[in-house]
Amino acid sequence: MVEFLPLKQAVAENLHDGDAVAFEGFTHLIPTAAAHEAIRQGFRELTLIRMTPDLIYDQMIGMGMAKKVVFSYVGNPGVGLLRRARDAIENGFPRAIEIEEHSHAGMANAYEAGAAGLPCAVFRGYRGAGLASVNPNIKSVTCPFTGEVLAAVPAIRPDVTFIHAQKADRKGNVLVEGIIGIQKEAVLAAKRAVVTVEEVVDNFDDLHPNLTVLPSWTIAAISVAPGGSHPSYTHGYYERDNAAYLEWDEIAADRDRFQTWMQKNVIESAADDFAARVEHLRKAA
Amino acid sequence: MSDTIDRGFTANEMMTIAASRALKSDDVCFVGIGAPSAACNVARLTHAPDITLIYESGTIGTTPDVLPLSIGDGELCETAVTTVAVPEMFRYWLQGGRISIGFLGAAQLDKFGNINTTVIGDYAHPKTRLPGGGGAPEIATSSRQVYITMAQSKRGMVEKIDFFTSFGHGDGGDHRQRLGIDTAGPTLLITDLAIWKPDPVTKEFTVVSLHPGVAREQVQDSCGWVVKFAEALDETPAPTELELKTLRDLQARTKAAHQGTAKGKAA
Repeated sequence: MVEFLPLKQAVAENLHDGDAVAFEGFTHLIPTAAAHEAIRQGFRELTLIRMTPDLIYDQMIGMGMAKKVVFSYVGNPGVGLLRRARDAIENGFPRAIEIEEHSHAGMANAYEAGAAGLPCAVFRGYRGAGLASVNPNIKSVTCPFTGEVLAAVPAIRPDVTFIHAQKADRKGNVLVEGIIGIQKEAVLAAKRAVVTVEEVVDNFDDLHPNLTVLPSWTIAAISVAPGGSHPSYTHGYYERDNAAYLEWDEIAADRDRFQTWMQKNVIESAADDFAARVEHLRKAA
Repeated sequence: MSDTIDRGFTANEMMTIAASRALKSDDVCFVGIGAPSAACNVARLTHAPDITLIYESGTIGTTPDVLPLSIGDGELCETAVTTVAVPEMFRYWLQGGRISIGFLGAAQLDKFGNINTTVIGDYAHPKTRLPGGGGAPEIATSSRQVYITMAQSKRGMVEKIDFFTSFGHGDGGDHRQRLGIDTAGPTLLITDLAIWKPDPVTKEFTVVSLHPGVAREQVQDSCGWVVKFAEALDETPAPTELELKTLRDLQARTKAAHQGTAKGKAA
């Protein structure tokens, strides 16, 4: 049964050292508050799974929490490279990490297979692509009906998935709107899921019947974290802080500056600080 | 640069505008971020108002007022005909054969249109770890055609790429068909100096048009392979006033929008 918990408790109860964890969000609805809580609690030896690792995985890698990263695009979207991830891959700093690299199509299909309870995903992909020769988890199968050779990748089944969403109702059902990315598949593929939301409303009675709603019984815990996806955004609540993404490129470029920034903005901060960070990004009503 | 004073437009503006002209109103275009995104939106705002622009975040038929910084900016969703989930985007729309043009940028490119955006150096011990493929490996093989746009440099346009992120024509000739890829692959390359098309047989990119004021030597001097030129070499028409104004207005709106979010940020 879903529980409404303070974020600190939701993270402590659902994430453990050594877990395979997905903090998903395809540019939109990135669960930054949950990721920062995980950083404060100092988990180790994590396998970090995400299509677009982005700032929060750059931060976790830079803090030495990751043993392995599974991804399909390890960049700062629209800005360039992820400099802490680069330092780990190129120089083994602060520790060497294993990588398992896919394409977006490969990861999206693998999450979908996880949600569908299948052992693997089958799709038309990786043809001529170098990834197929460096990632042993990219294989092929032959269609028994047409003989076409198709790509196969194992299903993704995280121990725990964290996502951010617009709102929950009092029963714990969750609404996701806008660029929904891989949110639903990542929740349904996981053994347990934790959702941070902007707000809790009485009920979802007035919603359009085809909206993306995750029923309460698919979620382990919900935490209210207004502004919790900053510097990403929450459609209908606040805009993407593009300037912060540009600024991150400079912060992460330097090991000391990164540590100083993390100390001030993550270690010595709390989930409650996110609301103030998005105040200037809320649209005038 | 004196470039602007001499010609009234920059090499990059010429590149974006030449790329925009290749797109038609009935195209369904899967848009890569950066240079492709600017070209696609200039096309939409000038001669191709009905073009369908698709970004991999799931936004279909989007009409952004400013260029998105990322492929998932809210603007893309707010102005789209519909927004679908990412697995649906890749399974139904791209793999399903709905995309007429995949428009990609490149960090490293070879003469057969193969693209590397993964690593410089060895994959296991890279000299520079780049972001990787994202959607590109399948955009390159499932879109009916691929257009590529990038500024020329010897570092970027190389005889041999370090990693095959997105397959173009492989070693040339019928390499795609031999791998079971039934789409056309790269059919157009637009750089800041020229327009290139693949040779019909060898599939090697050949310069078919030089941008105004560009000499053959410039193209060769900023390219890492021996450049082939078409016998009948055209000159790319200079940007029109409307094209330039559209591009510059778009970039000014974009700059203002992306910087604006920094204001009021807590120290």
